[in-house]
Amino acid sequence: MFNRLSKFIAVSILLAFAAPAGAAFNILACEPEWGALTQELGGDKVSVYNATNAFQDPHHIQAKPSLLARARNADMLVCTGSQLEIGWLPVLLRQSGNPKIQPGQPGNFEAARFVRMLEVPTRLDRADGDVHPGGNPHIQTDPRNIALVAAGLAKQLAQADPANAAWYQSRYQDFSARWQIALARWEKEAATLKDMPIVVQHKGFPYLEAWLGLKQVATLEPKPGVEPSSSHLAEVLERLQHQPARMVLRAAYNDGRSSDWLAERGKIPAVVLPFTVGGSEQAKDLFGLFDDTLQRLLAAAK
Amino acid sequence: MYKRKIIASGIIMMLGVPLSAIAADSAEIQQIRKEIEALKQGYEARIQALEQRLKNTELAASSAENHAVHAETAASQMAALPAPGTPTDSANAFNPAVSLILSGLYSNHSLDPAAYQLTGFHLPSAVMGDLQPQRGFSLAESELGIYASIDPMFFGGLNFAIHPDNTVSTEEAFIQTTGLQQGLTVKAGRFFSGIGYLNEQHAHVWDFVDAPLAYQAFLGGQFNNDGLQVRWLAPTDTYLEIGAEVGRGANYPGTGRDKNGAGASALFAHLGGDVGISNSWRAGVSLLTTAPQDREWDDTNPEGTAVTNAFSGNSKLWMADAVWKWAPNGNAYNTNFKLQGEYLRRVEDGSLVYDLNGVAGPGSYSATQSGWYLQGVYQFAPYWRAGLRTERLDSGSADYGVNNAFLSRLVYRPARQSLMLDYNPSEFSRIRLQFARDKSAQGATDNQIFLQYQMSLGAHGAHKY
Repeated sequence: MFNRLSKFIAVSILLAFAAPAGAAFNILACEPEWGALTQELGGDKVSVYNATNAFQDPHHIQAKPSLLARARNADMLVCTGSQLEIGWLPVLLRQSGNPKIQPGQPGNFEAARFVRMLEVPTRLDRADGDVHPGGNPHIQTDPRNIALVAAGLAKQLAQADPANAAWYQSRYQDFSARWQIALARWEKEAATLKDMPIVVQHKGFPYLEAWLGLKQVATLEPKPGVEPSSSHLAEVLERLQHQPARMVLRAAYNDGRSSDWLAERGKIPAVVLPFTVGGSEQAKDLFGLFDDTLQRLLAAAK
Repeated sequence: MYKRKIIASGIIMMLGVPLSAIAADSAEIQQIRKEIEALKQGYEARIQALEQRLKNTELAASSAENHAVHAETAASQMAALPAPGTPTDSANAFNPAVSLILSGLYSNHSLDPAAYQLTGFHLPSAVMGDLQPQRGFSLAESELGIYASIDPMFFGGLNFAIHPDNTVSTEEAFIQTTGLQQGLTVKAGRFFSGIGYLNEQHAHVWDFVDAPLAYQAFLGGQFNNDGLQVRWLAPTDTYLEIGAEVGRGANYPGTGRDKNGAGASALFAHLGGDVGISNSWRAGVSLLTTAPQDREWDDTNPEGTAVTNAFSGNSKLWMADAVWKWAPNGNAYNTNFKLQGEYLRRVEDGSLVYDLNGVAGPGSYSATQSGWYLQGVYQFAPYWRAGLRTERLDSGSADYGVNNAFLSRLVYRPARQSLMLDYNPSEFSRIRLQFARDKSAQGATDNQIFLQYQMSLGAHGAHKY
């Protein structure tokens, strides 16, 4: 039996060395929005793997074997940071045996460093629910943040992969020009959404609200990370009588039961926003993400 | 048109020639013409200058518009730029990540726990004492974990287990490399051995209140070792990890020994991957080799006298483990399912001293014993999980050589079924209710009821798969 084991080990080692080494720069993106952004900036010179998809709650991910293998082979890690991935990323970093992606290295990119964080808590106490010390980490809902992160990512890509620095720079210029045009178009389209009162299921949209001037009137979760209870939902419904809202928003990964309940009782539409790339049919890339988001918001606002 | 002008001016000039009589007047006219010319040129120049100025102004206006648009977008972006001097967050900058696990237990046993035994399995009395359950209300183990990066090369920390009888034991205290090249990780110190699946997990993340019978019988609950571990992660897309350990082997199934070399060594390999986006799995095989010296156990001989025997020799423990996790779309928040099972098989051979404190009769010893468990845990609603575990041991065949006449060789298969329900209002708190039918001791069935709380505070520990 030991012979079988040693044979197995020998074969695995041989296979490991026989596995073709990829010529492309391997990117492990923690969330699909950063995977999409890196794809825009890298083109065919990068090979992107998304650790999570739009239907997963990024707070509740496990460091499963497939992610460990990808972390070991990655040349660069592109994540949000601000402790969004604290439940699983430290395990990936420690167990991967990969020096390139450790914190502080050019291969470790933290998007939250490049934007102004909202909802930074004044006190850190778990009695307040699942609060993030660095502020609300869901920065991808504001396209201006995407632009800022893109600038930082282009620079860091050039640092981590200097051979293709000029390529990343030219692709960034192209992306940035297209993004500015799209941004101006979205802002014009969304002008009617200013000052619209809304209800959200989870406090995942502060950056979207800041960009479009939406006013968050209530949240379905009594505290961040705590499931909506029927008493709290009744309270929210009561509050809407005095402070009406126009719609209730949730992300594609949120469970719809409480939103649908409120939508029915409060006679307002329940809107599912893709929240990140892949969250809906139309949100195939970053441009589609905001096109679809605005389309859904405007359709509900009618 | 130009030609006509020339012809016209030519005709005028020709007409002007016979009018030489009014030469003095034509000179005046010439002067007037010159003045008109001059005026015309002057006005033309001024018009041109005005046109130029107009053009310049228009250009300036349009570029001003462009600037305004840029300034607007820049201003809206300014709203999104990071505030200067925003402090970065980390798990206590430079201070280690401190976490405390609090746990308490109420247990109800129908049989007296003092009579707890695994019939057919010979564990040292000290180990049996640790495994023996307690009735009624009791504080379970509190754990203090302190971990931090030491420097760019190392990470380390420890886990104290604070027992309800006011003793403290070091469960783990180790350093490990971070980001050594080629997927290698080296760990040194005291740590839970990487064999199996459950062995590396701390008790507070277990899905049931107690360790499986197989772990109790062959590893004394959980095996930790003082030594060195090397793990290598293969550069493949499928997770393949191979590890090797050497260490002192002072804990059961080994014994403390005065030896320059290693008292225990382990070898393990794990394979894992995804099936679609909803499923993930991990499977592995492990081997733990120890060489116990004078490992004692208490037994009764056929006459009914209590005797203490000692085993010295080689012990090889083979383990196979597998775990399968399912969650819809990979989102474990609402519902998920986990299926887990391990098979352990131990082969021991060496020498046996029968009745150490009395006759001290030497003889040979060889035994092959095995055990397994299978458990499934299903989260059926956010916060609520239910689990079922079934397990069995096989005391197998034991050959005491010359001492066969003095020691009973019971062939018995301890078994246990457990059912649990737990409530997890957050990732940091858990309250569990567990029922079990325990047939570890031959001839008696223990019906057990447990109510347990497991909570953690402090830094958020990132859990393994």
